Amino acid sequence: MSIKLEHLNYIYSQGTAYEKKALKDICLEIPHGEFVGIIGHTGSGKSTLIQHLNGLIRAASGELYYNGENIYQEGYSMKELRGEVGLVFQYPEHQLFEIDVMTDVCFGPKNQGLSREECQDRALEALRLVGLKEKYYKVSPFELSGGQKRRVAIAGVLAMRPKVLVLDEPTAGLDPRGRDDILDQIAYLHKESDLTVILVSHSMEDIARYADRLIVMNKGTVMYNDTPKKVFEHYRELEAVGLAAPQVTYIMHDLAGRGLKVRTDVTTVSEAADEIMRVVSQYK
Amino acid sequence: MIRDITIGQYYPAKSIVHRLDPRVKLVSTLLYLISLFLFKSISGYLIATIFLIAVIRVSRVPFSFIVRGLKPVIMLLMITVLFNLFLTRSGDVLFHAWIFTITEGGLVTAVYMAVRLVYLIIGSSLMTFTTTPNELTDGIEALLYPLNKVRVPVHEVAMMMSIALRFIPILLEETDKIMKAQIARGADFESGNMIQRAKSMIPILVPLFVSAFRRANDLAMAMEARCYRGGEGRTKMKPLRYKGRDRMAYLTMAAYVAMVVVIGRNVPLHVWIF
Amino acid sequence: MDMVQTEKLVFEYEKRDEEGNVIGTSRAIDEVDIDVKEGQFIAILGHNGSGKSTLAKHINAILVPTEGTMWVNGRNTSVPEELWNVRQSAGMVFQNPDNQIIGTVVEEDVGFGPENLGVPTDEIWQRVEESLKAVGMIEYRHHSPNKLSGGQKQRVAIAGVVAMEPKCIVLDEPTAMLDPVGRKEVLKTVQKLREQKKVTVILITHYMEEVVDADKIYVMDHGHVVMEGTPGEIFSRVDELKSYRLDVPQVTLLADELRKRGLKIPEGILRKEELVEVLCRLS
Repeated sequence: MSIKLEHLNYIYSQGTAYEKKALKDICLEIPHGEFVGIIGHTGSGKSTLIQHLNGLIRAASGELYYNGENIYQEGYSMKELRGEVGLVFQYPEHQLFEIDVMTDVCFGPKNQGLSREECQDRALEALRLVGLKEKYYKVSPFELSGGQKRRVAIAGVLAMRPKVLVLDEPTAGLDPRGRDDILDQIAYLHKESDLTVILVSHSMEDIARYADRLIVMNKGTVMYNDTPKKVFEHYRELEAVGLAAPQVTYIMHDLAGRGLKVRTDVTTVSEAADEIMRVVSQYK
Repeated sequence: MIRDITIGQYYPAKSIVHRLDPRVKLVSTLLYLISLFLFKSISGYLIATIFLIAVIRVSRVPFSFIVRGLKPVIMLLMITVLFNLFLTRSGDVLFHAWIFTITEGGLVTAVYMAVRLVYLIIGSSLMTFTTTPNELTDGIEALLYPLNKVRVPVHEVAMMMSIALRFIPILLEETDKIMKAQIARGADFESGNMIQRAKSMIPILVPLFVSAFRRANDLAMAMEARCYRGGEGRTKMKPLRYKGRDRMAYLTMAAYVAMVVVIGRNVPLHVWIF
Repeated sequence: MDMVQTEKLVFEYEKRDEEGNVIGTSRAIDEVDIDVKEGQFIAILGHNGSGKSTLAKHINAILVPTEGTMWVNGRNTSVPEELWNVRQSAGMVFQNPDNQIIGTVVEEDVGFGPENLGVPTDEIWQRVEESLKAVGMIEYRHHSPNKLSGGQKQRVAIAGVVAMEPKCIVLDEPTAMLDPVGRKEVLKTVQKLREQKKVTVILITHYMEEVVDADKIYVMDHGHVVMEGTPGEIFSRVDELKSYRLDVPQVTLLADELRKRGLKIPEGILRKEELVEVLCRLS
């Protein structure tokens, strides 16, 4: 159960004056059950990359293996792949269209050819997983608040029972609490239902908190592919490409620079507090 | 697919045609289109052809680009030609097999019709190639201004046109995004019969309409916030003013029309077709 | 002088059932009093649905109060005759960069406001040039807005407001849809405008890092102003902010955490330099 990309290339508007290499020789492996963060600024190729994972975009060259099978080989069912690798786009609530929440969430399973009952079961399961209250199941999705709509949209993909969940900036436009709620829910899904999660985000702080591994994209190439701690050690290089490490990492570096013997590979607030307390108590 | 359509597109280049006042180009295009139906002889076609080629050369729009614009209408062109070819019955019979008969008159009509249609399309697309959408709406607004007196909301219509032009690319991109998102949920837009396909469009159309209304609402608010209150009391950043070259263009156009009418109707080289 | 002032401002909207009958009213803003002096930088924080955007729309007279009063530059926004004066003195930048650009060319969009105000042609050109320079977008003047990045589009929108020469600019979540690079671009632009043009700025946002430099912060919840004070005062109340679904910068959070664990750290630390300084002195 893994996704493997071998020397993947993609070129936008091939053969025209606007030709642009969006992905250059990407080699990656995402094993089953991992929580992977992808970071990169707009135009770095991260959106293009994730659309390859469920076959929405076909690479110009290179291979993509899902569970060891080459998805570009003849006769491979893209439709089945899309059930296995669920992709949640940015602002997913903009794709809601059915008369009520329940019916909308049923859209995916229905397309998979499941019976009415099975669709209903899966929709219920998915709606429970995203933590939407039952009183909203029969309400029009357009009457919900922003955060609720987004949950419904994520449920719409989860109802297909994917093994891999890819989310493109699922917290964009939400307020801080809404942001934390959605991310906690995703972390919960990852733990509870044995899901591989690939999370595209702009927030280093969020990635540092949730991801096992961090992939940094820059100009269509993979710049770093390591644990968040290791990646954030390169905070100077990240800055050079318009990215940054979490704020606490900078504080630790500054403290170390002033002679305090703190570890600098710290990426979250609680870690930083622990580390500072450890060092300060030594001085006392 | 959508990208192939060049009709209505702007081709940026630095030429005198590009710099002309949009009103001149609108009026001239209209005159040229009318002129195509004012003559019935080979000499007329010759003049119209020479004039068109001259304008294309001056406009610096590559010929290949113009030809590409004809592609989407080729079917329409073929149908017109075939209709004229087989249904016009006049003059000597040139070919006959089963129910198909081609007469000399039919052949001539078909060829002339095709030429006219092609010139019509090239003529009008030449205008859009050399005029930005903004200039075009400004031009239309200025030309139709007299209609304001009979209570036609000319300014509002022009404003609507320019807003539509701004939002078409945004909505196209949005359609693409929604489509991909629904495909990711297993939607199928390609198989099935007509009715199934039409039904499969609902998951695209509903979100698209919702989004278009949301955008319209936001935009109306943004316009109001910037003190928009209709055409009254408004000044223009780029008011239209005729210059020397515009007057020259009008004169050239008048000369062309006069020539087509006089020579095209009187010089003996003609073949009657109607 | 007061730039924006409200007195017991109330805004109610009607709730309707499916047939469109009014079934009651809901208060989006409930007796709000704010006071903004000329030249100040004011931030309004609040979660989605707290009423902060509704309040913002009052400053530009897109909405008018149901009860109470709103004065902008000394003019009562409820008086219909003052409408255009109010809108000219308080310009507004919205959240979605695509849905507020009207022109198909950057410079024409910036000229839209002055055109509406009836400014003579020559002056429109001057203003457009000046405003585009002020936001650093002059080299894009002939571009189509569709080809710009989100941050660039927002800067064009800001230029469009600046060209109307307002005394006050209201920015309603201008960075909510942007990436970090775009966010920085927009904030830097706003900062520069404040320095160069001395305009009053009212920034509505839920990104705490953006309001560290504000003269005063209002926090809204359920249509009420629930907190009011300088950034230092506001950010020292971490738990209270969290109860309003808000967040504080990581530095402040870390400082708060350390204080809870017994370190002597003053309240209201907003910048990483301050915290580093304090910690170095401690040890």
